[in-house]
Amino acid sequence: MNATVVVILALAVGTYAFRLVGPVLHGRVTVPPRVQELASAGAVVLLVALLATGALTEGGGFAGWARPAGVLVAVLLAWRRAPFVVVVVGAAATTALLRVAGVA
Amino acid sequence: MSGDRSLVRDASLVWLASGIVGVSFGAVSVAGGLPLWVPVLMSVLVYAGSAQFSAVGVLLAGGGPVAAAATGLLLNTRTAAFGLAVAEILGTGRAARFLGAHLVTDETVAFALAQSDPVRQRRAFWISGLGLFAVWNIGVLAGALAGSALGDTARYGLDAAFPAVLVALVLPALRADAAVRRCALVGAALALAVTPAVPAGVPVLVALAGLFLHRGPAARKEASA
Repeated sequence: MNATVVVILALAVGTYAFRLVGPVLHGRVTVPPRVQELASAGAVVLLVALLATGALTEGGGFAGWARPAGVLVAVLLAWRRAPFVVVVVGAAATTALLRVAGVA
Repeated sequence: MSGDRSLVRDASLVWLASGIVGVSFGAVSVAGGLPLWVPVLMSVLVYAGSAQFSAVGVLLAGGGPVAAAATGLLLNTRTAAFGLAVAEILGTGRAARFLGAHLVTDETVAFALAQSDPVRQRRAFWISGLGLFAVWNIGVLAGALAGSALGDTARYGLDAAFPAVLVALVLPALRADAAVRRCALVGAALALAVTPAVPAGVPVLVALAGLFLHRGPAARKEASA
């Protein structure tokens, strides 16, 4: 078995184990309502952190202006309760157009 | 069911964007010199976009197998928290739990949690999750076969589409719950602050420190008294 196969299997087994923690524990241990509440809040915290770092950073540095500008358009559209499609396409189109215009 | 149709309509955008990212993952891997089966097998078994990109990135940069696996695993620790958050949604059967766990991704969790009632949350999880798994793997295979013909996907603004998907999905939760909003904003600020200094995957975990601001109902009552 070569090293690449080991990487894939280690990553696959580890990732699946992480994913399985919640579903396996569920129903076996009684999760206190407070912990349940924190788990839901934690998921939102993680998603917002992902979107913030994904919008602004790339490889540990600033991602350039085009991408955050697109995401800002998404925030404005979502705030005005625009449909999901409009939010996502609006963001990608803004970023793509800025890049055509020479903004990185 | 018209509810399902609207779920499919919204999910299909996520599928489209993920499919194109999958194509670029396959293309990047093969263009970098990895054999075709590496991105394809990895996508079926690991099934986590950001972890796959970084593991392959480390491999192609000559970082060695241990560093590649560790980087990917670090990025995926967040799926444990997501698994806890959606455990209730998956369903109670053994098959639902073991299959559903593999489908836990950022997009699917966000999509499920954005729905209003438990029935719709469960349908949203399974519809978006199964579709995403199919589209991702087909995309990766197509990209690996096509090689580098696609060019730079940044041209299509796809890198902005993913944060935008998350914006659309979490904004209602942020609007409705001031306690969660405070935690999330502080957490995101912390994540951004540490990003230049720590390995990929760590910033979002640091964001969880924002939860310390989340007071329980008892504490909230005390505060208002």
